[in-house]
Amino acid sequence: MCLVLVSEKFTQFAISFAMMASMKLVVNNLQILMLEPWSFELRAGECIYLSGPSGSGKTRLLRALADLDPHQGDMQLDGVSYLGMPAHSWRKKVAFLPAESQWWSADVGGHFSDYNKTLLHELGFTEQVMGWEVARLSSGEKQRLALLRALAQSPEILLLDEPTANLDSKCATVIEQAVEHYRRDSGIAVIWVSHDISQIKRLTRHGWVIADQQLKRQDA
Amino acid sequence: MNLIALSPFDLGLAAALVILLALLSVQLKLGIAGQLLFAGLRTIAQLMLIGLILKSIFSYVHLGWISLLSVVMLLMAGREVMARQKYRLKGWWGFGLGTLSMFISSFSITLIALNVIINVDPWYTPQYAIPLLGMMLGNTMNGISLGQDRLNQSAWQQRSIIEARLMLGWTWSQAISDIREDSIRTGMMPIINAMAAAGIVSLPGMMTGQILAGTAPMEAVKYQILIMFLITAGTGFGTFVSVWFGSRRLFDERERLRLERLQVN
Repeated sequence: MCLVLVSEKFTQFAISFAMMASMKLVVNNLQILMLEPWSFELRAGECIYLSGPSGSGKTRLLRALADLDPHQGDMQLDGVSYLGMPAHSWRKKVAFLPAESQWWSADVGGHFSDYNKTLLHELGFTEQVMGWEVARLSSGEKQRLALLRALAQSPEILLLDEPTANLDSKCATVIEQAVEHYRRDSGIAVIWVSHDISQIKRLTRHGWVIADQQLKRQDA
Repeated sequence: MNLIALSPFDLGLAAALVILLALLSVQLKLGIAGQLLFAGLRTIAQLMLIGLILKSIFSYVHLGWISLLSVVMLLMAGREVMARQKYRLKGWWGFGLGTLSMFISSFSITLIALNVIINVDPWYTPQYAIPLLGMMLGNTMNGISLGQDRLNQSAWQQRSIIEARLMLGWTWSQAISDIREDSIRTGMMPIINAMAAAGIVSLPGMMTGQILAGTAPMEAVKYQILIMFLITAGTGFGTFVSVWFGSRRLFDERERLRLERLQVN
């Protein structure tokens, strides 16, 4: 009797431990400025959407996850706290793609030391793109190249802040599919901020909504 | 050969020219006549004051008084560096960084010059120490304030680019390296230009003064070369120090860009 109980408890422990281990990103009481503290978890390979009214803190949440803004609380990647590594190492693992990309060299190639060739082709480019002038890129091309650049460092978490907000539907679809294929192949976890209901439906069923300063689980 | 002493009447004639210029600018409604006259009065008052101070320090040579005057000069230069920046670091950093950089570069190089190069005895002989330090401070002040101003302003304008690089996992130092290099270049450009133009376009003030006072031209030239090199080294090292620590201060311990540490002057 007693033995059975112990083994049952052990099984439960083992199961919960295994679940813990499969958690890629664990966020505990993350607090940004005046907002309520938020806790949540993300599995490897999971795709989550994030929505909420503008000004509710979506971008601030993503910025805090990439450790770009001061915040309270803890974040762990594979059980290692963000404080346990230099900030730039954390940001290599937790890539943030903002709504508007920034370019500082005259040509595209000046922004890449390495890139994923399969992804380059899937995004509709050939290797020649590295010689293109940044000034001549369309907004769609810029955003696709920014995605390629963000993924060049092989991150484990990808934070997308309305990456297709200003793009036509064809270009948006290319980006959606490229992210989706890359996620399946690499097991990267994705948080996707989007206002577009139809896009959310195409992407995933699981998501979070920010309402009244609370982060709530919501499945579409 | 002795210097011809100037009478108050001689200076009055020169002042009349400035007053004439002020009258002309009133006529043209330039709105700078007041500034011009006030600056002129400041020149008279400040130079008379330093003349009196130097006179008493020269007649009563004591390391304590010379050090005190040096520190006052340093603090005034530090205030000037702070006032010249459009965006400056908040709090004590704004004043402290420039002042510390000037202290490190100007004082150490002046000490080397007095003890090793000129080898005057005692090393703090005020006729050498004070003018030398004054020239060092005046020029490093330019370099440091230009470099610092460029650094802060560029960081402010290019904040999105710096953050975009941080997002790609660059270190804080990599993310701001091009701005930092640019700022150091900006700080050093005037002194490089001055060295290139010396003797051809401009006769440097110190050399001119020595020649007026009756020094043989070649001796004056040697001193001028010495001063040029010391100033260049001081400006360069001072600019390096201030731009390096200034750029570090724009990021926190988690390598986040913290532009709220800047304030608009």
